[in-house]
Amino acid sequence: SMKLQYTEEKLIQLFPQLFYQQPRVLAPKRQDVLTVTPWLAPIVWEGTFNSEILDSAYRPLNLTIGVTAFAIGKYTRFVGHFLESAEKHFMRGYRVNYYIFTDNPETIPDIQLQPGRRLVVVPIKKYSSWQEISMRRMEAINKHIAEASHQEVDYLFCLDIDMVFHNAWGPESLGDMVAAIHPGYFNVPRSQFPYERRSSSAAYIPDGEGDFYYGGAVFGGLVKKVYEFTKTCHMTILADKANGIMAAYQEESHLNRHFLSHKPSKLLSPEYIWDDRMPKPPEIHLIRFSTVDKNYKVIRD
Amino acid sequence: RRDVLVLTPWLAPIVWEGTFNRDILNAQYKQKNSVTGVVTFAVEKYVQFVEGFMSSANKYFLAGHQVNFYVFTDNPEQIPHLHMAPENHLFVIPLQNLSRWQDISVSRMDIISRYIRSRFRYEVDYLYSIDIAVQLLEHIGVEIIDTLVGTISSWQYAARRESKSYETRSESQAAIPEGEGDFYYTASFYGGSVAEVYKLTRACSKGLMEDRENGIEARWHDESHLNKYLLYHKPTRLLSPEYCWDEEL
Repeated sequence: SMKLQYTEEKLIQLFPQLFYQQPRVLAPKRQDVLTVTPWLAPIVWEGTFNSEILDSAYRPLNLTIGVTAFAIGKYTRFVGHFLESAEKHFMRGYRVNYYIFTDNPETIPDIQLQPGRRLVVVPIKKYSSWQEISMRRMEAINKHIAEASHQEVDYLFCLDIDMVFHNAWGPESLGDMVAAIHPGYFNVPRSQFPYERRSSSAAYIPDGEGDFYYGGAVFGGLVKKVYEFTKTCHMTILADKANGIMAAYQEESHLNRHFLSHKPSKLLSPEYIWDDRMPKPPEIHLIRFSTVDKNYKVIRD
Repeated sequence: RRDVLVLTPWLAPIVWEGTFNRDILNAQYKQKNSVTGVVTFAVEKYVQFVEGFMSSANKYFLAGHQVNFYVFTDNPEQIPHLHMAPENHLFVIPLQNLSRWQDISVSRMDIISRYIRSRFRYEVDYLYSIDIAVQLLEHIGVEIIDTLVGTISSWQYAARRESKSYETRSESQAAIPEGEGDFYYTASFYGGSVAEVYKLTRACSKGLMEDRENGIEARWHDESHLNKYLLYHKPTRLLSPEYCWDEEL
């Protein structure tokens, strides 16, 4: 039988006449941070990549990038800023579909979008508690991929809505399966990661195990991979439900469990998933996507 | 590793000792149930290297995984009996003799592409072309397995682009214009998925044949063409000079 295989990311094809600084084998751009994982997945930091080279490879592929975000209940107030900032910074020059999942479609503002970009409002039901809402996202994304977005996008990113883009987020973020390193735990030993530590949970990660602590606010990849990933996470979430247990950080715990056994093919540094309440350390040269300051008591009501 | 570049500007990892965990990679590779092939040429006096190459490759190359070794030779009777690891297979493929060794390297690309099309694509998922004169001194494992892989030459890794050994005469198909170039790759060790190696060897053999018809020979023969191809079709993974260290250095 034929064994032709093409499992990895799309091949880079460059047009001639592109001039850029020669990469130097003995001069790494970033010596202060880890830029490759032990399984040889790149960790994307400012300085590690050349946007021009990547754009010249990805633009001709005519890709459509999807973004999912959930605006339930009072979270609809974040949609405007999210979209406006995305229009300025997210995948400029590419086709983008924003999928805003909401229980209140009329409250979604009509934001002016660049050509080639469109907004799709996906009505969903509102669950009773914020934890339930959070955990049902995996199921909703999975269902929506099967019903619609798998035919509409090549890559899909699943982002939190209560966040804003501050700097460029481009094709350097594209990969088969992409996770982001949580800003609160990138400089901390694995024993301090807030993994689910109860062995009765399907999200359980024992002491002594773990690569990174990934944030639930950002993940993505090829639409097929995101479909598989969200399905698995939803299954483990349901398994816990059946056993009357809820993981420490809801679906983020399940996401971390999944990425320990099925390692992402690319990691985004905390530049891509920042928390504005944190002071900016020297390793963070650029904040691309960050939380909006909010009063949790008010909006999680 | 803080002293070396471990990621290219197009986010392909550069594999150095200390950058990877082979256990994790082995577990991932095993899940794919892949077969890797190695193609090498033992022509004329190079037949003498077969024994050393095969004994070190059996010990150190993708140990524990199935590897098919394809040895092209003009002298099949001179290939000694070789003891193969249980997972590995050896295929000796007879070749017509060619007059100059440069002619061999011209045809090497052509031979590889033709055999991929007629045979290798049915037998392996990944294919690597390795110089027969290379002796493996340490384990080379699944960290080399990726879609399109080039090895940074141990001769040139610190050089500036202008002093690299690229072909610069515009009459050659292997010419790289001034001001361009990422790394200098060695033709002694390259590979990838069988589909990508097919495209690479086809493109290079076409360039080599065109040059021949125009009466020009690239400075470093097939290696010059390889470098041009990998400049415009960037590898998804690079191997550091550790993977092809020239003993003469």
